Amino acid sequence: MGLFTRDTQAIFWNNNRNAIQRMLDYDYIIKREKPSVAAIVAPTSSNKFDKFFFGTEEVMIPIYRSTEEAAAAHPNADVLLNFASFRTAYDVTMDALRFPQFKTIMITAEGIPERLARIMNKTAREKGVLIIGPATVGAITPGAFKVANIGGTIENIVKSKLHRPGSCGLVTRSGGLFNELSNIIALNADGIADGVAIGGDRFVGSVFIDHLLRMEKDPQVKYMLLLGEVGGREEYKVIEAVKSGKITKPIIGWCIGTIAQHFSSGVQFGHAGASANADEETAVAKNQAMREAGIHVPDSFNDLPHVIKGVYEELKGKGIIQDIEEPEVPPIPEDYAKALKAGKIRKPKNFVCTISDDRGEEATYAGYPISSVATPDTGKTIGDVVSLLWFKKVYPRWAVDFIETVIKTVADHGPAVSGAHNAKVTARAGKSVVESLVTGLLTIGPRFGGAIDGAAKYFKYAYDNNMTPAEFVNYMKKQGIPIPGIGHRIKSVRNPDKRVEGLKKYANEFFPSTPLLDYALEVEKLTTSKKDNLILNVDGTIGILMVDMWRALGYSEEEIDEFIESGTLNSFFILGRTIGFIGHILDEKRLGMPMYRHPFDDILYDVKKAEEIK
Amino acid sequence: MAQRAIREYDGKKLFAQNWDKYFAPLKYPFESVLVTSGEELKKKAEEPGYEWLKNKPLVAKPDMLFGKRGKNNLVLFKVNKPGDVTLEDAAKWIDEKRSTETTLLSGQKGVLTHFIVEPFTPHTEDEEYYIAATTLDENNDVLYMSAHGGMEVEENWDKVVEVKIPIDATDEEIEKLVKENLPQDIPADKKETYTNFAINFYKFFRDLNFAYLEINPVVIVGDNVYLLDLVARLDDTAGFLMKDKWGDIEFPTPFGMPEKSPEEKAIAEADAKSGASLKLTVLNPHGRIWTLVAGGGASVVYADTIADLAGGVAELANYGEYSGGPTTDETRFYTETVLDLMTREKDPKGRDKILIIGGAIANFTDVAKTFTGIIQAFEKYADKMKDVGVRIYVRRGGPNYEKGLKDIKEAAEKLGLPIKVFGPETHITDIVRMALEDDKAKA
Repeated sequence: MGLFTRDTQAIFWNNNRNAIQRMLDYDYIIKREKPSVAAIVAPTSSNKFDKFFFGTEEVMIPIYRSTEEAAAAHPNADVLLNFASFRTAYDVTMDALRFPQFKTIMITAEGIPERLARIMNKTAREKGVLIIGPATVGAITPGAFKVANIGGTIENIVKSKLHRPGSCGLVTRSGGLFNELSNIIALNADGIADGVAIGGDRFVGSVFIDHLLRMEKDPQVKYMLLLGEVGGREEYKVIEAVKSGKITKPIIGWCIGTIAQHFSSGVQFGHAGASANADEETAVAKNQAMREAGIHVPDSFNDLPHVIKGVYEELKGKGIIQDIEEPEVPPIPEDYAKALKAGKIRKPKNFVCTISDDRGEEATYAGYPISSVATPDTGKTIGDVVSLLWFKKVYPRWAVDFIETVIKTVADHGPAVSGAHNAKVTARAGKSVVESLVTGLLTIGPRFGGAIDGAAKYFKYAYDNNMTPAEFVNYMKKQGIPIPGIGHRIKSVRNPDKRVEGLKKYANEFFPSTPLLDYALEVEKLTTSKKDNLILNVDGTIGILMVDMWRALGYSEEEIDEFIESGTLNSFFILGRTIGFIGHILDEKRLGMPMYRHPFDDILYDVKKAEEIK
Repeated sequence: MAQRAIREYDGKKLFAQNWDKYFAPLKYPFESVLVTSGEELKKKAEEPGYEWLKNKPLVAKPDMLFGKRGKNNLVLFKVNKPGDVTLEDAAKWIDEKRSTETTLLSGQKGVLTHFIVEPFTPHTEDEEYYIAATTLDENNDVLYMSAHGGMEVEENWDKVVEVKIPIDATDEEIEKLVKENLPQDIPADKKETYTNFAINFYKFFRDLNFAYLEINPVVIVGDNVYLLDLVARLDDTAGFLMKDKWGDIEFPTPFGMPEKSPEEKAIAEADAKSGASLKLTVLNPHGRIWTLVAGGGASVVYADTIADLAGGVAELANYGEYSGGPTTDETRFYTETVLDLMTREKDPKGRDKILIIGGAIANFTDVAKTFTGIIQAFEKYADKMKDVGVRIYVRRGGPNYEKGLKDIKEAAEKLGLPIKVFGPETHITDIVRMALEDDKAKA
């Protein structure tokens, strides 16, 4: 019997998506019923499953955080594919050896400490578990089960006839040459029936003789091919088995590394295990010894194809090998990413982004790498970042400084305003920063902070329609709307708002011109003549100066109207005030105040008994 | 990556650092320095803790991973009589030795650069014991013990007891094995000390992931153990486990090995930085056949076949490989390095040079991507390649190989470089045969 059957299922340790997909693609072309991977172990994954293609369809493969859980849930999976790194591969194997369901463990890591590798291999041997590796690409029983990446791409697998059983048993040390040998055997004979790459490390769990003895008993295997390497004495065990008659099927053998005989020392040819400590361990000596034992050994690796062909034809002539009826191979649908790259397919995009890009070396803000605006030495501020991400323009200094001034100006206005109050109450109810923050932000709108938008909108409307300040005041009166941006609870003409004074001063000094502000100040003269506190307030000043700023930057009236309509002005308030809200929330968290309950005596209770409607 | 030799000094330092944990109540007076010149030695003598360099008679010897220093007459332990070497003598001797090339009995030669200096420990030959351990096979380590250490240990090998210790032996089993197999000729008064030392020597060997550890001789005086000479190899794959215990240990190039060429060093540096594997050894810079092979196994097979079909290695210029999915840039750099070496001079007999771009059928490596790097290098070196007459032979398979082969063929033809290109349907090493037969056809 081969190493694996069509029912063999593995638990794959480490979610190596490409390798698992290759296994499922293989399952699909050989028409397996069950996927060859029963489960995945990924200790740090928070997913319960991962999706893989099975032909055109997708299947879910469960993910567990430990081998123990995976084994318990999939008691029929008797292969563990250990794809852990060289740091953890030993621990993973030793852990898996606790569960008797595993009959075969394959270890891919290269460079496991030798002492650990030996203990791991010995423990497995004592428990009767077959170890393949470490430092291997795996094993395959064509038409039944393949480990991970062995055989390479699906196209190569089909070309190398690894999708259906042939008649050669193949054992190599090198994983890279395993593919090559499969190809040579497909070209010169009828492919392989069973194959193992035993691994390149000095201490591997199973060696040539273990697999050749199994193949000797496997009726599907008619002859074997052994590709050894300079170093070690494993080939001599095979020679002994041939001499003693334990192996009777024809063997073709070759050890690579005959080059080493030409160099005294110092040049490491190939794997860690590949260095001869004695004359018998050289490739030349081993090739000679195999030849003498009756193993078919070519004169050079380049002659290997002829030897394979010779043995195959002879066995065919004797009727030991029969012709194989080639199975039909269903095509594997092309991968989306690959086809896209090759320019074979296209698809409409669902989203559009015009402000930033995270695909390149470094993410950009409107084409500028983050590092070019982030640190103080770039001379850039939050105002610059806002101009890039909100307006996709590099604004001049006076404009970004104004934006920054606005953000700083609106950052907080004490705990009593509705947004801050909400945030504090929510924080005291034990909610998180983000939950508390949004309850605060949700109050921002027409009544709270909305005057910025409103002032910009109405003053601009009046100005654009050439209303005189008097006409504008009358117009608003007729509409029954208090003029947004006009009026303050405490501040007045005699007690001016210093924030407004500061903004006006900045605009006078740095803005190229301020027509709308000039207009608004004319309006203010009228309103304050009626009532002392009907001054242009901070919200109004900001909204109006933003319009002046955009005009000076060359935006069209339509563009500015669009900014106002889309809530851009309010956004400055939202951004700035978020700083304050977070401050209040963190303050509450530190104070640890209990949940807030509003006192009865602050509520007017006027509850009448509900009238019954019949 | 495998078993690698460390300096005697570093081996002794490992003993000293772990001594109490393994060997208490025995004592190891660790007095040892590693220097590269007489001046450095004299400077060291001024440092606190190194007064012994001035107060005690000294022994100096090279510490460069080769053995049989006594037989090579490279141990300074006397000027007129044993035990009369002063600091001044040792410094002078070191400077003398490092100023000329030294040839060992084995034929290895080179310049001595590292010396270990220690106090002279007076003792008699029959106080010299031997102990060593090594990894034998899958299941066992071996502990070697003998009452007859020193320079003649090999001549007295029949007196060395070899004890197989299973790799998973418990402390009790180790103790039992050592006690049962203790060499009979160890004097009664040293038996207990030697036994304790041997048991813990094995545990130390095992726990610190040595692959080989030999002390010859080890001298026992009362509770004091003197490790007079030490040879050690570590399993460097255990480095990640042993960070604290090994510290920043050095794996020096063995004495007599040719220094790496600048090109080999550059590739080794690129290899260390990369997740992929890039290896280059220049075997013969005047060689005519150069290889650019993907994959460790394939690179060996190509080298084998060139030696087989070209009747030896006289013409083989390099050995090397790239694998593990190198980037286009890495492949370009690797190729440029090889092409640069290859195009420095014409073949003295006026023959073409041969460039073998080989590889097996790749598992993951994108062939077109790596070939893009090779093509970029061709573009840079095309003129030089034409000057020295380079013929190119390509054979490769794996992901995207059709595109890779087509690209390289078109690029070479456009540049006017003679090229033959084959895929997986051609036997991996058959391009070597073709290249050599084309030679004959041309001649």
